[in-house]
Amino acid sequence: MLMTLGTLLQRDLTLVVRRPQDALTVVGFFVVVIALFPLGVGPEPELLRRLAPGVIWVAALLATMLSLARLFADDYRDGSLEQLLLAPEPLTLLVLVRTAAHWLMTGLPLVLVSPLLAVQLGLRPEEIPVLMLALLLGTPILSLVGAIGAALTLGVRGGGVLIALLVLPLYVPPLVLGAGALDAVMHGADAQTHLSLLSALLLFALVTAPWAAAAALRIMLD
Amino acid sequence: MPPQALSDECLRAVDLAAERGDRRLFQHLGFTLAPGQLLQVQGANGSGKTSLLRILCGLSRPARGAVYWGEEPLARVEGGIGSCLSYLGHRDALKDELSVRENVLFAARLGGMIAGREAADAVLARLGLTGYEDLPAGILSQGQKRRVALARLLLEARPLWVLDEPLAALDAQASAILREALAAQLAGGGMVILTTHQAVDVPGDCTCLRLPDGIEVATAC
Repeated sequence: MLMTLGTLLQRDLTLVVRRPQDALTVVGFFVVVIALFPLGVGPEPELLRRLAPGVIWVAALLATMLSLARLFADDYRDGSLEQLLLAPEPLTLLVLVRTAAHWLMTGLPLVLVSPLLAVQLGLRPEEIPVLMLALLLGTPILSLVGAIGAALTLGVRGGGVLIALLVLPLYVPPLVLGAGALDAVMHGADAQTHLSLLSALLLFALVTAPWAAAAALRIMLD
Repeated sequence: MPPQALSDECLRAVDLAAERGDRRLFQHLGFTLAPGQLLQVQGANGSGKTSLLRILCGLSRPARGAVYWGEEPLARVEGGIGSCLSYLGHRDALKDELSVRENVLFAARLGGMIAGREAADAVLARLGLTGYEDLPAGILSQGQKRRVALARLLLEARPLWVLDEPLAALDAQASAILREALAAQLAGGGMVILTTHQAVDVPGDCTCLRLPDGIEVATAC
């Protein structure tokens, strides 16, 4: 069983390596959106600092969403998804692996590039670890919840916009907690509460989202 | 690689009905497929051939009736019905970015079988794809892609093959190879269900099932 799951992860990552533009567009979008903010609201360091938590998190949500449409769509188009449904492993686990691959491709690069953008927005060095930790806990939630939206809109015309409408409201809790964690540290408080809640949310999403996405896939392929 | 007779289970369809939108495609359809038998599903375009195959694989649910593998209903088969059958749909399930060999190997491993490079190369050679192993599947022609999809089928060596238009896009040579593979599958005690508009013409126990054009009852011909 582990072999099958490992194979799927290996296959998905091989595809990312062979087609790196998918992953690069996501990081590129993230960086560009954040870089545009100082141009729009003006270069005052205090203002940028105050906006930073929200800006970084909203940009992360939108960047993740860009990539969701392709989470299952490519496999759906070329028929691989039917083969996955027929695989002897439970579909829930396969969806979990696929989501993990998606996170490695989109979420992890956002976490890694975030210190750079934090400096750009004037965050202090001691605030950056909290930002990264919150993103590390939060971006997998974005991928997991996004998988449900991607599965539900499979084969639907204009699915990209529909995913946004379905998924963005569900992104509110990680947004509030993630941005809140950074905000707390910036105001000299402790981010412990926010990070704990974010971890709890991640565990909840890990258990329920793959199952829901798998059920949605079965319905959409029926 | 000769197909293995992995099972002496029968595939039974009992009183199946399928609907597409509001239209009933067929109803009261039943048959039993025993090891060594081939069933050719015939019917006009839109008569529900693909729907029937998808129901038999457990990908779609029938409007009525049930499919059994041996005594078990499809949903209760241990390891999923996917571990008993290979399904080849309209689309070849190939990734353009992966090489031909990777495509075959990944597909077989995802199906839960341990397949080595040599086994994959042997199957590819049998399908006339020697020299293409390391090329990305994206540059292959339609017929060659179909051959790669067939290679997966041969490598998996499952007791039941469910093939949707397997002869589409294949040239005379590949069709002959496929017919040979079908004959070997039947001789080895395997089962085949396929749709095609061409004559199958495989030695062995072949029956055909004609789906009705209207809503009448399907009859075996």
